[in-house]
Amino acid sequence: MAGPRVSVQTEDFDLGAEVAALRAGDPGVGAVAAFVGTVRDRNDGQGVSSMELEHYPGMTERAIEAMIDAAMQRFDIRDARVVHRVGLLAPLDQIVLVAVTSAHRGQAFQACEFLMDYLKTQAPFWKKEHTPEGARWVDARVADDEALRRWGITAGNAA
Amino acid sequence: MKVAVRYFASIREALGPGESVTVDAGATVGVVRDALIARGGPHAAALQRGRALRSALNQSLCDENAALTEGAEVGFFPPVTGG
Repeated sequence: MAGPRVSVQTEDFDLGAEVAALRAGDPGVGAVAAFVGTVRDRNDGQGVSSMELEHYPGMTERAIEAMIDAAMQRFDIRDARVVHRVGLLAPLDQIVLVAVTSAHRGQAFQACEFLMDYLKTQAPFWKKEHTPEGARWVDARVADDEALRRWGITAGNAA
Repeated sequence: MKVAVRYFASIREALGPGESVTVDAGATVGVVRDALIARGGPHAAALQRGRALRSALNQSLCDENAALTEGAEVGFFPPVTGG
């Protein structure tokens, strides 16, 4: 409970250590849901040899803090933690962690998915992929806006 | 009044990390975008209407009707692609 809720960092993260810290000292926790996003070696039909992640320092952290506040209001959860990496990443690397604790599994699963859907369309991060045909900025996906709309929130990111 | 403009991702590659822009009192984020487009060249290409562009005022997402105050920070960037 004492650690930061949001970290944007170049360093890798340890899922086990993050979950242990998130639920430490809270015997009311009966469920932990965690999502880890990783770098794929292919995207849109092309090989990806590496990827650069850029963010808006300050705004990114504040935006994710606000998303966690929204999740705490919307769901019966006890705590949440988001770690997002920036800088140069390679296939197999971890990119993002969202972990949520709650008394029972349902709310933890839902809040974890809500936070990922929110983050994909509202947190200022940008991916640039390096492929055999050169570097390219990744396009936003309409499907990600639609995922957020399930929660009653209009994203308008990819439009 | 002066506002600080910051660019990210493909917009930053085209225009650099940011610049100071002077606009009339009461201007909106959209007015800043139009003033930059009016410079022509890479500004017009990067910020042109019809191109998907998102904006932030003082580090919160906003639409282009958001009103500015002296010293405001305006961010222009493409749709976000994190996660």
